[in-house]
Amino acid sequence: MCTLEKRGDFFILTLTGENDDHRLSPTLIAAVLSALREARSQATRGSVLITTSQGKFFSNGFDLGWARSAATPSDAFLRLHQMVESFRPIVAELISLPMPTVAVVQGHAAAAGFGLALSHDYVFMRSDRGVLYMSEVDLGLPFPDYFSVLFRAKLGSIAARRDVLLRGTKVRGAEAVKLGIVDGAYDGEEKVKGAGMQLAEKLASRKWNGEIYKEIRKSLYPELCAILGLEVDKPALSKL
Amino acid sequence: MCTLEKRGNLFILTLTGDSDDDHRLNPALLATILSSLREAKSQATRGAVLITTSQGKFFSNGFDLGWAQSAGSRPESAKRLHQMVQSFQPIVAELISLPMPTIAVVQGHAAAAGFALALCHDYVLMRSDKGVLYMSEVDLGLPLPEYFGVLFRAKVGSVSARRDVLLGGMKIRGAEAVRLGIVDGVHEGEEEVKEAGMRLGEELGNRKWDGGVYGEMRKGLYPELCGVLGLEVGKPVLPTL
Repeated sequence: MCTLEKRGDFFILTLTGENDDHRLSPTLIAAVLSALREARSQATRGSVLITTSQGKFFSNGFDLGWARSAATPSDAFLRLHQMVESFRPIVAELISLPMPTVAVVQGHAAAAGFGLALSHDYVFMRSDRGVLYMSEVDLGLPFPDYFSVLFRAKLGSIAARRDVLLRGTKVRGAEAVKLGIVDGAYDGEEKVKGAGMQLAEKLASRKWNGEIYKEIRKSLYPELCAILGLEVDKPALSKL
Repeated sequence: MCTLEKRGNLFILTLTGDSDDDHRLNPALLATILSSLREAKSQATRGAVLITTSQGKFFSNGFDLGWAQSAGSRPESAKRLHQMVQSFQPIVAELISLPMPTIAVVQGHAAAAGFALALCHDYVLMRSDKGVLYMSEVDLGLPLPEYFGVLFRAKVGSVSARRDVLLGGMKIRGAEAVRLGIVDGVHEGEEEVKEAGMRLGEELGNRKWDGGVYGEMRKGLYPELCGVLGLEVGKPVLPTL
């Protein structure tokens, strides 16, 4: 499912299973959410979260197979809706996590899996393998409201938004950097994980106050906070 | 005026006329375009795509200011202009909510409302060898309708491009339009740009997207524009699982 490991300043959240496409099923969603809350509860100055997976996939999105295996079409729809609604707090948790967050996308990230990556402050992917893909248009699945808002918040380029969301373009590393979707693309799993750790070290060394960091991050994404029901607090002015 | 033709999956909307016709968006043409878009919508199936283009030197030179000015008095002229502004709004709304991908093949000059018409499409192709995009309002001393400003901000990401186009009244040729992120591609020659439009249309059509879902996704990209056009965003569309 997933593990949360503490290595010095770092919280490393790993979706486990080499041959797994890390579908965001209700169980995995619950496990990721509780891992994030655990990290939050142990946060100190200089903490950093790194999220990655094992194998060919970062995450292939919601568990549509589970949804489809429901007794009736309307039950299938309810299952999908359940996953959509339980993923919402994960995005909210990441947007309000009191520490910098880095997604190391070592494999394919599709649909909610792509959304999971984008919910991080920094995203690295591989240049040699793996695509980012919003499959919804090809699957005929409308976006949950907060998905459009997340993508508009995180993708500055209007053409990139259209290509990713409306055209279902499968974006590889170099293109993702060019479109401003990711912060870097690296050749091979070792290199991308190395880059993630290196960045995390740099961020940790700044020893930021996590509460301040989180409020500044939230202020970057007011529309996203609103749709997630995250209040933008006025932090204690103890430093002034 | 304009024709709507179906070629396989493709709906081709053409503003017709001889090579000097500047396809002014007068009340009659506006009404015909609107009814053509509604016709395309009513016949939409999976894989449908709309391609909008014109014949001749102009894609469209904007509202029919000549018709507005030929009214009896200044207040009457203002009323006529206002009427065209009001009747163009549903065209923008129709394009932003159309249940199929849309491509503007700008084979000639596109000015003012003509430029806006092109921008309403998901993809815009123009010529590299001929034609400019031009928001003439600042030069003409005409105020910009509110929804025009919102449309430009929704579709043109670069802050300096918005300033150059709207405030600077720049006449933008193909290569520059690509550089500024206003259009998606340029092609040399009328045949070439039209063929490129058809190829893109076929490519998008082959994806066989569910138009209802596509239209809702598109609206989700432009919430402020939908707001000013009175378009509901986030209407639940049942997915097929």
